[in-house]
Amino acid sequence: MESYEIPVLAVKGLRKQYGDGCSYCSGPKKEGLERNFCPQCGTVYACQDISFEVYEGEILGVVGESGSGKSTMMSCLYFDQEATDGEVYISGYEEGKSNILRQSRQQRRYIKNHLMGIVYQNPEKGLKMDFSAIGNIAEKLIAAGHRNVSAMETRGKALLQHVNIPLFRIKDIPRNFSGGMQQRVQIAKALSNNPPILLLDEVTTGLDLSVQANVLDLIKGLQRELGISIVVVSHDLAVIRMLADRTIVMLNGKVVEEGLTDQILEDPQHPYTQQLVHSLL
Amino acid sequence: MKIAYNYAFFDEGSKREIRRATLKAIAIPGYQVPFASREMPIARGWGTGGLQLTLSLIGKSDVLKVIDQGSDESVNAVSIKRLIQATTDVAITDETKEATLLQSRHRIPEVPLQENQILVLQVPIPEPLRWIEASEYATKRLHADREYSGAWLMLFEQIMKHGHISTGADHPVEINDRYVMAPSPIPRFDNPKLHMSKALILLGAGREKKIYAVPPYTKVVSLAFEDYPFEPEDFSDKVCRLCGSKGVYMDELVDEAGIAYYQCNDASYCLQALNQSDKQTEVMG
Amino acid sequence: MAYVAVKGGEAAIQESIEGLRYERLKKKEILEINSIQAGLRGLIDQIMSESSLYSEELASIAIKQTEGNAEEAVLLLRAYRSTLPRKHYSRLVKTEDMQVERRISAGFKDIPGGQLLGSAYDYTHRLMDFSLVEETKAEAMKWLEAYENRINEGSSPIEALPKVVDYLRKEGLLREYPEDSREPKDITTKSMAFPTERSERLQALTRGMSSAVTALGYAAIRGYSQLHPTVGELRIGSLPLYIPNPLSLQEASAEEDFYIGEIKATEVESLIPIVKESQGGKKEIIFEIGYGICFGQNETKAIAMSILDQCLERPSKEFPTHDEEFVLLHIDGVEASGFISHLKLPHYVTFQSELDRVRRSRRGGNENEDSL
Repeated sequence: MESYEIPVLAVKGLRKQYGDGCSYCSGPKKEGLERNFCPQCGTVYACQDISFEVYEGEILGVVGESGSGKSTMMSCLYFDQEATDGEVYISGYEEGKSNILRQSRQQRRYIKNHLMGIVYQNPEKGLKMDFSAIGNIAEKLIAAGHRNVSAMETRGKALLQHVNIPLFRIKDIPRNFSGGMQQRVQIAKALSNNPPILLLDEVTTGLDLSVQANVLDLIKGLQRELGISIVVVSHDLAVIRMLADRTIVMLNGKVVEEGLTDQILEDPQHPYTQQLVHSLL
Repeated sequence: MKIAYNYAFFDEGSKREIRRATLKAIAIPGYQVPFASREMPIARGWGTGGLQLTLSLIGKSDVLKVIDQGSDESVNAVSIKRLIQATTDVAITDETKEATLLQSRHRIPEVPLQENQILVLQVPIPEPLRWIEASEYATKRLHADREYSGAWLMLFEQIMKHGHISTGADHPVEINDRYVMAPSPIPRFDNPKLHMSKALILLGAGREKKIYAVPPYTKVVSLAFEDYPFEPEDFSDKVCRLCGSKGVYMDELVDEAGIAYYQCNDASYCLQALNQSDKQTEVMG
Repeated sequence: MAYVAVKGGEAAIQESIEGLRYERLKKKEILEINSIQAGLRGLIDQIMSESSLYSEELASIAIKQTEGNAEEAVLLLRAYRSTLPRKHYSRLVKTEDMQVERRISAGFKDIPGGQLLGSAYDYTHRLMDFSLVEETKAEAMKWLEAYENRINEGSSPIEALPKVVDYLRKEGLLREYPEDSREPKDITTKSMAFPTERSERLQALTRGMSSAVTALGYAAIRGYSQLHPTVGELRIGSLPLYIPNPLSLQEASAEEDFYIGEIKATEVESLIPIVKESQGGKKEIIFEIGYGICFGQNETKAIAMSILDQCLERPSKEFPTHDEEFVLLHIDGVEASGFISHLKLPHYVTFQSELDRVRRSRRGGNENEDSL
């Protein structure tokens, strides 16, 4: 039973800043910042000491307004941006004992290709829009070392069918797909290597309401089926309410509240969370 | 104003600099070494990369062979030979066996190369990932990370579209279990000749300012999938109309009646085969 | 259809080269190098700039040899340049010291030292001057004498003129940079690696094809960029060149410098307003300088260069004019014309390989598609 106590993903003191800081803003308390911005030198403290853990099969929600640092945090986890400081451990990599932020570029590629999947808000970021849908799935499989076309084709077809892409369209290019379909291809791609961790960054933002519901149902279903751990970032508390077991609330680069999603919705503590919850009702 | 050119065109400093880049290329098989590519007396894209390598290496005792598309006589091969001869006085040969230094565009000769030979290949686009990623900044990082899924993905897409890998010439290879490399637009037929080659093979891209190398006895594998193996062009049922050779790369020609016939692409190989069969006929007669 | 290239061989090539010579001579006139050097200033300046070799005489020979084909002349000079060892590097040239012949500002009406129109086509009507057909040497000499007398009367040589942008700098309207005394990178001795430094970008731009630099600069101000430049100053004149005394045993002092001649250059400083966030988070508008400089009188190219300089200072994938790989890798004349022209080379081995594939896909059908 002990293995259940090791988090699948543990983030400790993650920081990301843009700018060098100055004597005015470099203190440990970061006093005098306007939101996350130093009025003296213009340094932006996008993420300040973010810590959280995600356990097996759990969905962690991250909610906050735009500029709260939640997407920056995600891109640091997926190595799209280099974190300024902090530690990240994942149980699937060296038994959760090595800080993945400090690994070589080749090792980080390995982690991305084998142990993580991501779905971006903008499908242009996650997909090669002019390669076939099945080619997009294969890309991730190839990156993880697969070299058998038939096996990849079978896997790709199964995944795309799973996310409701009709078989006759799997050789079409995502550029010709609707927004909802593009997101579904991204999800299939992210899942292709059975990663233990899936990162979802505002995946339903910009989609029609009915399409949103459809994509959320899909995620929920996949999670139940695969038992995958998910970090879902959204500015929309409704999305978080539907998906997340636990939730952290971010404001100006900091975590201001953390707890079971139900608890946060029923009894928000931080004024900002209260405001969020009230606007939802 | 009368000005004479240097031996082998370059000043010695330039030659040394190119050789330094070449040594680095040999030390890291398949890695594209950037170098200060010079403008040459022939146009960029007409073999200036190969020419710079050749001129930086050539010495008085060398015997030179230059081929373009398999032929020693094609216009650009002749033009390059004339230029090299104008500034050196090295011996020129058509016979692959006799040459110490061979410069070629788009072919590796049919006669197997030996340890005392250097083959210089002219390269138009040295970057095997260019068609997947336009930016040089990005492709350099992909090589550093050994992230080659793009190269495989391209082949995968071809299979999805056409049912088979549809690369023509310049089919990418992996060298020394590390770098994915463009073999230059040699036909797939020539790719296997790179593997464990006895001769040093140098590749020069003048316009793109890169030198890279296949050192002798180095593992070179053409990219392919487990269930879609690499396939060279198939000439197995073709016979050269001139010399009767089989199993070599063929040119396709059409006679006046509109019937296709075949002929060795490697002209000097064909000639040699012809001489050989003549001799045999004489002996027998 | 035959896919075998023309195997021309030695004789055919020789014939082609002879033919070229015939084309040059068939009208039975010999172009004197002196005449070219005296009368084709525009072409010479363009060619010197693109070949990055400053010699009017060599440029004139190249023009004669290539029958005035600029693309070929530039290639000739660049290739010749490849054979020249670098024996000396000049001292830093300051354009403040330029012997100015022409200097205009589009940004300021009254500039200290005044606008100096110099000689330029800007103010001519582009009407064909048919009298040139009848122009005689005697007439020309007469006019020349009169003109030179008039010019020499009472006019004193122009002193070094201050830079227009210095006035903006004093007012604090220019973005300030710490002085950068690093050795500039030389793209002809080390190939560009991306991201590039500004010195590499400027060198690539000044060596660029005049037409390509102009076309991309034009695209930038037509909407394929967000920059709105004003020509702060365009100046043309001679720049003296010095090298440190090569015989000096210690660190050569400036007094011992050798004067090795002068070069004519066009320099442009464009003013480009940009929004800058300053201390205190306030946003203010400040000017950046877009810099252009070319050998000879190449005004359009120098202005376009100054625009592209600033475009590339602000990298962005939104516009190709802000993408350094797109701009710098495609404006070089020798590279562009060379690679386009290489398509004339036979490609029959590669084409045979392609044929093999095409035939195969027609023969084999599309099994994979069917299996779906």
